[in-house]
Amino acid sequence: MKPVLAVEDLTVTIGTRRGPAHAVAGVDWAVRPGETLALVGESGSGKSMSVLAATGLAPRTARVTGRVHLLGMELTGVTEERRRRLRGRHIGFVFQDPMTSLNPVLTVGRQVTEAAEEHLGLTRRAARSRAVELLDMVGIPSAGQRVDAYPHQFSGGMRQRVVIAMALACEPDLLIADEPTTALDVTTQAQIVELVGDLQRRLGTAVVWITHDLGVVAGIADTVAVMYGGRILEQGPVDAVFGTPSHPYTKALLAARPDPAAGSAELVTIAGAPPSPLDLPAGCAFWPRCPVRGDARCEHELPPLVPVSAGHQVRTFYPQPSDGERR
Amino acid sequence: MARFVIRRLLQSAVVLLGVTLVVFLLLQLVPGDPVRVALGTRFDPQTYEALRARAGLDQPLVVQYFDYLRRALTGDLGVSFRSGRPVTAIVLERLPATLSLAVTAVVFAMAVAFPLGIVSAIRSGSLVDHAARVFSQFGVSVPDFWMGIMGILLFSGVLGWLPPSGYVALTEDPGRWASHVALPAATVGLVTASILTRFIRSSMLEVLSEDYVRTAEAKGLRTRVVVLRHVLRNALIPVVTVVAVQLASLLGGVIVIEVLFAWPGIGRLTYDAVAARDYPVLQGAVLLVAALFLLVNLLVDILYARLDPRITVK
Repeated sequence: MKPVLAVEDLTVTIGTRRGPAHAVAGVDWAVRPGETLALVGESGSGKSMSVLAATGLAPRTARVTGRVHLLGMELTGVTEERRRRLRGRHIGFVFQDPMTSLNPVLTVGRQVTEAAEEHLGLTRRAARSRAVELLDMVGIPSAGQRVDAYPHQFSGGMRQRVVIAMALACEPDLLIADEPTTALDVTTQAQIVELVGDLQRRLGTAVVWITHDLGVVAGIADTVAVMYGGRILEQGPVDAVFGTPSHPYTKALLAARPDPAAGSAELVTIAGAPPSPLDLPAGCAFWPRCPVRGDARCEHELPPLVPVSAGHQVRTFYPQPSDGERR
Repeated sequence: MARFVIRRLLQSAVVLLGVTLVVFLLLQLVPGDPVRVALGTRFDPQTYEALRARAGLDQPLVVQYFDYLRRALTGDLGVSFRSGRPVTAIVLERLPATLSLAVTAVVFAMAVAFPLGIVSAIRSGSLVDHAARVFSQFGVSVPDFWMGIMGILLFSGVLGWLPPSGYVALTEDPGRWASHVALPAATVGLVTASILTRFIRSSMLEVLSEDYVRTAEAKGLRTRVVVLRHVLRNALIPVVTVVAVQLASLLGGVIVIEVLFAWPGIGRLTYDAVAARDYPVLQGAVLLVAALFLLVNLLVDILYARLDPRITVK
């Protein structure tokens, strides 16, 4: 199946006062219809930026290179006007913080169907009833009345439902969820994850889920790409990557998950800090923090992304042998 | 909404009462005897005492104040020491001149500041932005009277397009009113425009970095829709206050400009009343200005509630 959205050798360089910041340093990923791709990584690993850049939402100071395909269309070098027509219509977005991602002075109904008015030419009246339908679909009680309410009259979880309704207004082929549960409390998080999964099955939407919550990834994703320092360190089917993690970083990430069953009081962490995008190492970006610490090659030479099993690739000179169990 | 307006009107009445007291007491502190000034060279003790008694100035202060208040409530603000005409009439006949100057100036300022501020924010760092910033720096730094004089020299002296000074009522001859109001309004408006441009620019810039603007862009809305519906609506909220403060202060009369352009407004009236120690007129003028100020504030509060649904009008 042709991917809904695919990026090849994508780089994003942001001009800053202290020089160019390499937010994304050459990334390839693809998401197929109905599938969920999880982009995982720490803050600043380039996971959000790669998606924003692919869809034309990168900051104005960013320079983007590489190829982007949406539904078989080449997006490289197309005008911003063309990209704009595709956003909202074919790609819906759910952002991190529902407290700030809704406009405080417009009713939720208005905001939910704005995209449909723009792209599908819905009249204001048709848009209103569509808004009620969408709010009802995402589980907002008495949607018929709530449609005229303002964002501040909703709780965080309800607002995120509004944002999801908004993203799905044009029944897009792809939903981009940029850490949609990070700002919510735990019980609400589970509801939102469930809601998106449910809607995805009903509408057949592909999803790119950006997160640092590995628990969520295991539950919803088909494929996962682990990002670090603007590059993908490991990617593949979620079972393969989580079952037999082959990159020291992935292993460390999985090990750092708090495990209530283990009962250990101390949280496992990865020593050190991620590299600055202003000064990416020449070799493996994880080398300074790597527990394996191969040799000078790791420090000076960028490891290629090599296959370890079907569809499972890893960027390291020292793929980790599977220890047979998930930690 | 009606209850809100009524409550605010009552509050305004209390404030206005305070204003009358402050104005009344302040004038007691001002040196100089108005009756002496009014008599001038015709001074003699008998006339002096008679005039003082007629104006009630021989009464205790408290009595004078309540007397003033009682009459003010019926619209009688006393008579001018200088001309002997009722203050209410004097003040009200100056109102149209000031009102038309202030409103024209603010409309002019908004017409300049909105496009300039908006473009300068969305094209931040561009040539337009730099030009706008130089303009607003110029506008706030250069004294308005100097700008007025330059305006007169250029537009009526050199070019001869506009009359250098004077006033024609709008109701009398709109065309001639416009030609007379243009220079003073532009002079005052330029300063207001500079201040407004800055505020609009910074307010727009702040809103442009909001998450919901990115959300709007993510929906694939046209830039025009994003800017007007999402950014401007929100950026307007703090700007409204600035416009209102500017308008209110212009309604108080722009003394220097009114004197420069021989514009018979409240500012000019206040200036003349101070010079002549014409207390009743001064009191009347201050009272009117305070009332206008309160009215503008009330309108702003109503406008706020319309712009920002988070503000509930109770």
